[in-house]
Amino acid sequence: MQIYLPIAEMSVNIFLILGLGGGVGFLSGLFGVGGGFLMTPLLFFIGIPSPVAVATEANQIVASSISGVLAHFRRGNVDIKMGIVLLVGGVLGSTFGVWLFTVLKGLGQIDLVIKLSYVIFLSIIGSLMLVESVRAMQKRKKKVVSKAHYHNWLHGLPFKMRFRKSRLYISALLPVAIGFVVGILAAIMGVGGGFVMVPAMIYLLGMPTSVVVGTSLLQIIFVTANVTILQAVNNQTVDVVLALILMIGGVIGAQFGAKFGSRMQGEHLRGLLAIIVLGVCSKLGYDLVAVPADLFSLGGGVGH
Amino acid sequence: MKKILCFIALFLLIDAIADAGAARASEITVDLSEPIVKITTGFSGTDLLIFGVAPGEGDVVIVVRGPIRDEIVRKKEQVMGVWVNRRQVVLENVPSLYMMASNRDLNEFLPGGIAYTHQIGVENIRMTPAKAYADVEDWETFRHALVRNKENQNLYHWKPGNLVFLGNRLFRTKVHFPANLTVGTFGIDTYLIKKGEIAAYKTTLLNVRKFGVEAGIYNFAHRHSFAYGVLAILVAGLAGWMANAAFRKS
Repeated sequence: MQIYLPIAEMSVNIFLILGLGGGVGFLSGLFGVGGGFLMTPLLFFIGIPSPVAVATEANQIVASSISGVLAHFRRGNVDIKMGIVLLVGGVLGSTFGVWLFTVLKGLGQIDLVIKLSYVIFLSIIGSLMLVESVRAMQKRKKKVVSKAHYHNWLHGLPFKMRFRKSRLYISALLPVAIGFVVGILAAIMGVGGGFVMVPAMIYLLGMPTSVVVGTSLLQIIFVTANVTILQAVNNQTVDVVLALILMIGGVIGAQFGAKFGSRMQGEHLRGLLAIIVLGVCSKLGYDLVAVPADLFSLGGGVGH
Repeated sequence: MKKILCFIALFLLIDAIADAGAARASEITVDLSEPIVKITTGFSGTDLLIFGVAPGEGDVVIVVRGPIRDEIVRKKEQVMGVWVNRRQVVLENVPSLYMMASNRDLNEFLPGGIAYTHQIGVENIRMTPAKAYADVEDWETFRHALVRNKENQNLYHWKPGNLVFLGNRLFRTKVHFPANLTVGTFGIDTYLIKKGEIAAYKTTLLNVRKFGVEAGIYNFAHRHSFAYGVLAILVAGLAGWMANAAFRKS
């Protein structure tokens, strides 16, 4: 069954979109990740214009992260104070990101920047995860205990704040900076940014793992909401019809994924996710370097 | 249902042939299977039937033009192994859609002068670069690239012989509008060519519009974009909350 997307201005098969939402939802339930970094490239692959894919995916992430954060709130796994500090950086970063997005779109370079960002981040994250999961599999045999976190120059910065829930006394500049970087990524790549923020919170801030996911989700809700509004205002690229279909597929898929995931070992899951991430990354990377079918492309109308 | 309507329409037209002789000889009667193309939720492209009666003998060529706008054409070049958009040319007066129908190859009956004046044939569309270019050959490659891209998007199309005569005067053609249409007013020009001259001519207008939910969402997103963004977030919030409630039960 075909459905016409009012903002993307194209006709797509509704079951294909539901399937994509379901598939990525399954993976995000399985691996406990947001899934934006998989969904947005998949939307490119089926021909959704990249500005629409990025803005719409931000809208979908609002839904998935609200549903996630509610579960973490009930278990008390959210550091609200830390979330707000991260958010200050996040709102600044995402506002800057959408401005940058609009400028790059005008220059005709947005497609390239989005795809390059994906190739860079997916290759780094994918390889790190792969290495880490292989090590964890070896460690399981050797039983080596590792240190929680290290003290370094980052802990000497000013504006120190106490975060009781995270049992930390650190400079507020650090979480603001992390939030800022993640905000830019959210705006340009159409992701929540959990895949960058979670490692940063654990390794740079030294937050306890138990509160990391809930707190990052809290930040992601507001950052992606900010991106949604700014993209809607500046570029009119948020397709609510597409977002809604993705949300429905995602919710159903995540249910199955979470059930399935509880039966698998953590490091095996991460290893599998790493392979998927590297697969998507190589496809995007190949498309950037392969000789295009047509060197010329239409950049859309001006002032129609 | 459509077929019945077409049949009735054709019947009325055959009836009109008799009157046509009595009426002004230079007038072509042209009508469309639908006066308006509606883009609704289920829209995946549509076929439009154009039919009419020629006032005399000759060849018929029909040109369908979408709304005109300026179009950016970009060229990729390799920079450190990656293909990057490097140069761009803005072409003015580009029809968003350009379809032709004729009963035989244009070379067989249409003099070049008429084709040029009336912009019949893709090579005669007067799209011009927004800035003056010294290197004519260079911007011509951009112009060809635009036409090629539009053809790949099924927005520019022509095949000789896609218009058929039923008897001497009655003609009919089917034009396919793809789903990636631009909305606006489309012009349909019908020419009757006889002995290398335009014997009769008629312009028909066709409206392409978004309808219902599609129109509502599109207009809302463009006219009240802030409210649209807020609404998109509310929808997402509701969906997320409902998903969570469903999760908790299971």
